[in-house]
Amino acid sequence: MMVSFQKGADGVYVVGCLEGECHFLTGNLRARKRVEYAKKLLDEIGVGGERLEMYNIAASDGPRFAEVAREMHEKIKALGPNPIKGATLNKKAA
Amino acid sequence: MNTKTPSRLEKILAAGHLAVTSECGPPRGSNGDAITKKAEMIKDYVDAINITDNQTSVTRLCSLASVIHLKLMGLDPVLQMVTRDRNRIALQSDILGAASFDIYNILCLSGDHQSFGDNPQGQNVFDLDSMQLIQTVRYMRDEGKFLGGGDDIDRPPQMFVGAAANPFADPFEIRVPRLAKKIAAGVEFIQTQCIYNLEKFELWMKMARDRGLHEKVYILAGVTPFKSAGMAKYMKKRVPGMDVPDEVVERMSGVPKEKQPEEGINICVESIQRLKEVEGVRGFHIMAIEWEEKVPEIVERSGLYPRPKIE
Amino acid sequence: MIVAERKPIDEIIGFVKNCKKILLVGCNECVTVCYAGGKKEVGVLASALKMAFMKEGKELEITEVTLERQCDHEYLEEIRNIIDQYEAVISLACGVGVQFLAEKYLTTPVFPGLNTSFMGVTEESGVWTERCQGCGQCILGQTAGICPISRCAKRILNGPCGGSTDGKCEINKELDCAWQLIIDRLKELGRLEDYEELIPIKDWSTERAGGPRKIVREDLKS
Repeated sequence: MMVSFQKGADGVYVVGCLEGECHFLTGNLRARKRVEYAKKLLDEIGVGGERLEMYNIAASDGPRFAEVAREMHEKIKALGPNPIKGATLNKKAA
Repeated sequence: MNTKTPSRLEKILAAGHLAVTSECGPPRGSNGDAITKKAEMIKDYVDAINITDNQTSVTRLCSLASVIHLKLMGLDPVLQMVTRDRNRIALQSDILGAASFDIYNILCLSGDHQSFGDNPQGQNVFDLDSMQLIQTVRYMRDEGKFLGGGDDIDRPPQMFVGAAANPFADPFEIRVPRLAKKIAAGVEFIQTQCIYNLEKFELWMKMARDRGLHEKVYILAGVTPFKSAGMAKYMKKRVPGMDVPDEVVERMSGVPKEKQPEEGINICVESIQRLKEVEGVRGFHIMAIEWEEKVPEIVERSGLYPRPKIE
Repeated sequence: MIVAERKPIDEIIGFVKNCKKILLVGCNECVTVCYAGGKKEVGVLASALKMAFMKEGKELEITEVTLERQCDHEYLEEIRNIIDQYEAVISLACGVGVQFLAEKYLTTPVFPGLNTSFMGVTEESGVWTERCQGCGQCILGQTAGICPISRCAKRILNGPCGGSTDGKCEINKELDCAWQLIIDRLKELGRLEDYEELIPIKDWSTERAGGPRKIVREDLKS
């Protein structure tokens, strides 16, 4: 997750199965906790934890997947580019 | 019983009287008057006055200097000493300091943790615990030697050694074994935590009597009058090791606010009257925190005034 | 094992804010087990630091290395060939490792990435608690396997104190009262009468109070 942002991603989302339906039993629960941890870290360094989200979607639920994709896209658009790119761009411009 | 020290408290207990002690908290400053004034108020109603040692880890004028102020007034104070703040060198040194002013009573305690007080970031010491401090004072007094080197002490302290006991702390099943342990360590008198749950206290006393402990140590029952229903609730909920039964809180709350102090004193006096009947209770330790002016009334109404004259 | 946790990010950034090229060294032992300074944590921290710098329009080059241990000469030697390339080192070892690294590489500034806390156990995933304070004279045989020095807030040797409530310590309702634990264990062992044995005044000279400690085994010296 961290490296994705480091490489310039403006937003990242993690998708797991619905809680209680994980093939690996608790994989999605543990993933959520790690997502929360990374969100906090992203806040601390000023990139913004809101750029990272986790969603629980049933594997067969195509429509929901599309909905989430749209939601995330709108959200990130509104937030603007990853601030680490901004600084470098400005530097280049200057 | 014979007495081992010139302590007035010891003499009164040895003579078979019910003893009365109380305590004063030193000020948050260097004004000695704050202690002597409190002592003036109560001196004719008690046999000895305890001075607390940075109680609840709040920095105050030290117990040692305070007991000296009282001694200079002609009173017989009890030096409370916690092991939280001083190592064995300082503890022995302070004991000698007190002894140099002929302080004849000491109460050995561990002390509240510093996180309760005004300097939670400070270190703590706990070189010794309260039982080991009891052993130390007895060693200094009876063997006349210092810890460690075993050198002779020039003019050993002559202190009557006390400790606290809390029949209401957990776990209950070892509260009497703990008393036995303190007696084995050398304690000579006990002041208990303030009692509101009389039944539980009576049970503790019975268990102590079953082991004959009441004949090996003088037990003084602790009492504290409630000033208000708020105080009763606070002590019930927030003070560790305190047992305040609901009936007592209700009794305080059931009375209008301006009558609550009076009711608090009533409860206190009634408790003393009941506790007088408990075999093994050899006196009372009245802790009227910031309310020392009520001690005379409590002592009088409990039929404990005047105090016996002892030479 | 030794338990530590990562320092706040801005404190770490502060150590290297004027650097352009640093070495980030993790440790594969204790700090891996407590998820503070192992290979994964090195990776996450490196990424976070780089991004923090990029955000300010600066660049920070980080080389990530995780050594087997940082408390043994042989593993620290592994970075001898590369260390001069870096302006600074952040070590994610416990305080022991950070110091040993600093002792070896005198001309490179070394900064601690962790706050080292205690010797303890993994009670459950994500929860570590203290068990030993290294007093140098273990009394666990007398206290039914529970240490009153590390687990009693007042290190009382003849406890419990009057503040023990419902099996919990007066300073924190979630902290077990060590003496309650000892008494419960003595009961289970059928040794409750041992409770009344007085534990004597302790010799603290083998503890921190006696000064920095050293143990030597002549038979093992080369």
